[in-house]
Amino acid sequence: MSAVNTAESESMPSAEATQQEAVLEVRDLSVVYDLDTKAVDHVDFELAPGETLGLAGESGSGKSTLALGLCRLLRPPAVITSGSVIYRGSRVAPGGVDLLELSSRELRKLRWREISIVFQSAMNALNPVLRIRDQLGDVLDAHLHLRRGERHDRLNTLLDLVGIPRERLRSYPHELSGGMRQRVMIAMALAADPEVVIMDEPTTALDVVVQREILGQIVELQNRLNFAILFITHDLSLLLETADRIAVMYAGKLVEVGSAEQIHNRPAHPYTQGLLGSFPSVHGARKELAGIPGTPPDLRSLPPGCPFVPRCNHATEKCRGIDMRMNPVPGSDPSHLSACPFVTFEMAKANTPKVKAATSNGPT
Amino acid sequence: MSEQLASAGVISAAAARGPLVLEARSLGKDFKLSHGWHRDILSAVRGVSLGLYQSAVVALVGESGSGKSTVSRMLAGQERPTTGEIALDGETVQPWTHGQFRPYKSNVQMIFQDPFASLNSVHKVRYALARPVRLHQHLKGHNAIEAELERLVERVRLTPAQQFLAKYPHELSGGQRQRVAIARALAAQPRVLLADEPVSMLDVSIRLEVLDLLDELRSQFQLAVLYVTHDIASARYFADDTLVMYAGEIVERGPSEDVTQQPAHPYTQLLVASAPDPDNFAGEIRPASSGEVRRAGSALSTTVGCRFAPRCPLAEDRCRAQAPPLLQVSAQRAAACWRLDVAAPDLLHRTQEEREEAIKT
Repeated sequence: MSAVNTAESESMPSAEATQQEAVLEVRDLSVVYDLDTKAVDHVDFELAPGETLGLAGESGSGKSTLALGLCRLLRPPAVITSGSVIYRGSRVAPGGVDLLELSSRELRKLRWREISIVFQSAMNALNPVLRIRDQLGDVLDAHLHLRRGERHDRLNTLLDLVGIPRERLRSYPHELSGGMRQRVMIAMALAADPEVVIMDEPTTALDVVVQREILGQIVELQNRLNFAILFITHDLSLLLETADRIAVMYAGKLVEVGSAEQIHNRPAHPYTQGLLGSFPSVHGARKELAGIPGTPPDLRSLPPGCPFVPRCNHATEKCRGIDMRMNPVPGSDPSHLSACPFVTFEMAKANTPKVKAATSNGPT
Repeated sequence: MSEQLASAGVISAAAARGPLVLEARSLGKDFKLSHGWHRDILSAVRGVSLGLYQSAVVALVGESGSGKSTVSRMLAGQERPTTGEIALDGETVQPWTHGQFRPYKSNVQMIFQDPFASLNSVHKVRYALARPVRLHQHLKGHNAIEAELERLVERVRLTPAQQFLAKYPHELSGGQRQRVAIARALAAQPRVLLADEPVSMLDVSIRLEVLDLLDELRSQFQLAVLYVTHDIASARYFADDTLVMYAGEIVERGPSEDVTQQPAHPYTQLLVASAPDPDNFAGEIRPASSGEVRRAGSALSTTVGCRFAPRCPLAEDRCRAQAPPLLQVSAQRAAACWRLDVAAPDLLHRTQEEREEAIKT
């Protein structure tokens, strides 16, 4: 970590340094659309080997732009304006490589082999005129150079891995259900045995029952193959269950990072607190829901300082001058970071929510 | 109270809030499918009976393809039922016929899932709202209409009103657009509001506000609301009564809190178990798995037996041979399952005790 540490020591909060060396380290990453819309604004995080990091945010918060930026899949008018993405897999040179500085040829070797990505819409991500066998085989041919027999075995193993019958190799994407297509995408992402898998809303388009099955399968595969996951979703309730650590994003900036337990029990940033009070749950006792007043931010005209100010219960004049730097939350573990220097978990509990809950109608 | 429901002996929890307004009497909808020479009939909806009561919310919950949207479209008069009938204030209506459509629409209005598609993008908000005001309220004169438009827009908490009336849909956020759609539905001064997934396209942080607004309007205008959703958790908080649909049929019905906290039907149990549990942080993902989903196949008219049987862990020969009717579980609850004694033993046991108690007193 030393090379990066000296270069970016200022933006690197020492408290976040994990015991294990991170397999993916994102420092000060910024992505800009049309030169003035900051979709991702100075984002720092790291992903430990075998870890699941959840990235939660609303639509327009920049979470998908961040994922595409990591893999350098962004198209104009999006431009990466600053930062580094250091990948330190076991198969690359010690010290890691900066994905943002590779040539496109070097990058092509890394994609799928080291870092793969699963998109939300499997129907659009799969080629409709190719059989599943050919699409999976493409990944193998490009990266693994297997002999014919080995290739055949590998294809079968991959389908077994995600629980799809082997005869489905002959199918076209339209012959599969939504859940099966998403499983094929996962199989494809795992085909070349990568160390990092980015999942961009992998289950959002699916029914809850199927979503559950696929999540269970992802967790099981991760336990077996030990890859790290960056799990991107708008559904914080899902992340609390699946992720080891959670990063919450708002208007292109990270606002809070912590373990699932810290985020659930002691949310420090007002936005996280609002999100946690926003979704109803079928499990447990009925709770008072609060919601977040106002509308999601417009990235083209953000207020100075904290972008959450217009919707925040705790906002004061001081909030307009802060630099959104992530700092350890007082009274919590040093790995728990928040961008709000004023609000604590205890303050939020004392404050009454502004939006009345839609619970008056309950048969209690 | 509908005949079908009364015969099942189930009292709707929503009935406690007000008189029956709109009623579906064993509605069914078949769609013809063709695969080359082969023809099939898909019964997208079969024998669905439900009542919408004044000032009450009834939720219709199910996965995609379960027929819940088809039910709401039939109730809105946009789809003609193959079997069954619709009754408004106890009188049978045929909203798809030419003369009855507009008077029916004055009573029954709908909100759609996608506020980006449901508003005409070349017209301003003022146009979208002025049409129903003229057609259904028969207001004349610029000033009267303008005053009504302002009142409507303020009613859905879009202020300042004049500013929003002059905007095009693309200038509004998703939440604001859905508010305009709600205002448009209210412009007809309806008594029934059919909301088909009204918040599922919105961001998590603003869903609650829109649901809250709907709830406020419900109590203020004494609206009978049908809330169609795939999210059983929101039904728990928002609706008096929850009906669960699977492959075109209602498999369970009852007060929302009871249905979500003590589901009786194996499918409802699967649905509840599959919902994310935020309190189970960084824990084990409980396997809630059961077979591959065969959606279209299981709703074909040729299917015999319980449609959930292929996925049901409790299925036995009887389930595969004969479709179970909605059986009463308690005073307000019913479930369509032959194996309730295994699926929900506590529930049946308690009902038995309640009955004996009732006989004694």
